[in-house]
Amino acid sequence: MYGMGMVKGLLVTLKNLTKRPFTVQYPEERLKQHPRFRGEEFVWYEERCTGCASCAKFCPLGIIKIVTSPSETAPAQGDKYRLEVFDIEIARCMFCGLCVEACPYDALFMGSGFEQSQYSRKEMVIGIDQLRQADKHPSTFFRPQLESAGYDPHQGQPLHWKDVGRESWRWHLQEKAGMRLEPAPGSGNGDSIEAVDDLNSPDLDGTAADAGAPEQTQ
Amino acid sequence: MSCVMSPDNVLYGTPVYRFVYELVGTVLPCWISYVAAGLVIMFILVNAVLMGAAVFVFAERRLIGRFHNRIGPNRWGPFGTFQPFADVLKLIFKEDITPAAADKIVFLAAPIAMLAPAILMLAVVPFAKNTALADLNVGILYILAVTSLSSVAILMAGWSSNNRYAMFGAARGVAVLISYEVPVVLCLLGVVMVAGSMSLADVVEAQAIPFLLVQPLALFVFLAGVSAELNRTPFDVAEAESELVAGYHTEYSGVKFALIQAAEFGGVVTASMVVVTLFLGGWAGPLADYLGWFWFLLKVGAVAFIFIWVRATYPRLRIDQLMAFAWKFLLPLSIINLFATALEVFFLRDSQGVLAINDLWIMTGINLALGAGCIALFGSMIREKIKPVTWQPAAGTASLTVGEVT
Repeated sequence: MYGMGMVKGLLVTLKNLTKRPFTVQYPEERLKQHPRFRGEEFVWYEERCTGCASCAKFCPLGIIKIVTSPSETAPAQGDKYRLEVFDIEIARCMFCGLCVEACPYDALFMGSGFEQSQYSRKEMVIGIDQLRQADKHPSTFFRPQLESAGYDPHQGQPLHWKDVGRESWRWHLQEKAGMRLEPAPGSGNGDSIEAVDDLNSPDLDGTAADAGAPEQTQ
Repeated sequence: MSCVMSPDNVLYGTPVYRFVYELVGTVLPCWISYVAAGLVIMFILVNAVLMGAAVFVFAERRLIGRFHNRIGPNRWGPFGTFQPFADVLKLIFKEDITPAAADKIVFLAAPIAMLAPAILMLAVVPFAKNTALADLNVGILYILAVTSLSSVAILMAGWSSNNRYAMFGAARGVAVLISYEVPVVLCLLGVVMVAGSMSLADVVEAQAIPFLLVQPLALFVFLAGVSAELNRTPFDVAEAESELVAGYHTEYSGVKFALIQAAEFGGVVTASMVVVTLFLGGWAGPLADYLGWFWFLLKVGAVAFIFIWVRATYPRLRIDQLMAFAWKFLLPLSIINLFATALEVFFLRDSQGVLAINDLWIMTGINLALGAGCIALFGSMIREKIKPVTWQPAAGTASLTVGEVT
């Protein structure tokens, strides 16, 4: 009978009326995010960073700006460079993750969040201070060691820099690779980033640190 | 000084009106109490339309949301119930723009003229037993006359805007309104014949069996025609937002736009009330003397739900499909219904011209069969004649067929 299609249409909408709506009430409810989500709150572990600027070189958009100066404290410990500027212009970032893949020492991680909207383009640049102070909730993108450990950035504590590497802590102790192993003078805590401020102290020069290094690492 | 209303006054049957009239009449002259009672009733009716429109807007947005597997507005108030008030507040505080080249007076009058029919229609609708403002003995004629006013209002809005989209929308709207007026009037004649009266109260009393069953064809034609006259979605060519920015209310903003929206949605509520009164037995139901208003509201809600359901389901018709639907489908159906009803009433009525309940059951059977048959027959006859064109290769390129890549 002609017109049955219209009746069928009515029944289709009636069936949809009885279904639960798909809507997720966003600020109150959230969809579960995968731990490998590539968010914009980049996580940077300064202790692991050598200032090699691999991330900046591999960035296809060239939005990472790194300025380093020679570290005069402990070149033998792998602390070749001191980071002065680490700007990520997040407004142009396409979240390809190549910077994270390029990092040889697991110092840079994708973030886990996505709610960093700002009112101007100038505010869309993540500076070095922001990277230092941010909570360390790294995404497990390109970091299988985190994923196999079952880490979920949306739950649990911020990760310590000693825990995020793909190699064991003992390996780092032996290879002296990628990090400042010794606390700087005047600082009791080797892994605190405040130690960086004291690196220019005049009593330390390269030779002294070079000579002292083998004993300290044994 | 006391005023007593004469029983032959048309407003005598309205308890609220008589109460106010006699209350005010004890202290003030009769003509003042006449005006005061009228103002009270007007206040009630205008607010009924506006509140009905507000409730309907909320229900429609929520229900259409659920039809589309969304939630609908739910941020403002419990379950979003304050949404229509938020909308109205927003519209009140927006700038009220009148185009420089508009006809200012007509531009201002059009929204008011648009809202007036919806309010005027309520004057004769019996909400419960003896609760119509005026039980006119030509109630149905009055409703038809008043609803026709909206075509004038649409033309006023479209013409005074000095905007070609508005003018197109108004022309389409008036064409639709005039076309659909014919089947609507003809199908109501069947109802009038069965009820034996044009008074809405008498029509309600006459529905020992709801006319939903006695006049199924008339109900179908009336629902389709009314939803076209209200510019509801399957028939909303007059304000088709994908073709004519917003149709005849393109240039309206602010309070005037709020009035137009209130007129549209209030029109749906009053049309539902008319459908309930004419076809669903009005306030009839268990304990109708006390709960008549409840049954009335319940049925109005059901009819409004059908309007929302249809809107949520169908896409918009083209203007030629719309006209074909009116002239080739609804008009023959209403004429057949009129003819069949006339014959049935002629042969079944007794010597006083009254139809017994058994006669109504006989008519129910005949009309249901007739309705199904007619809808099938005429539906297949207005089936679209244009077949999709199959592409024919030109003479020189006979080796090519559609879809082949060379």
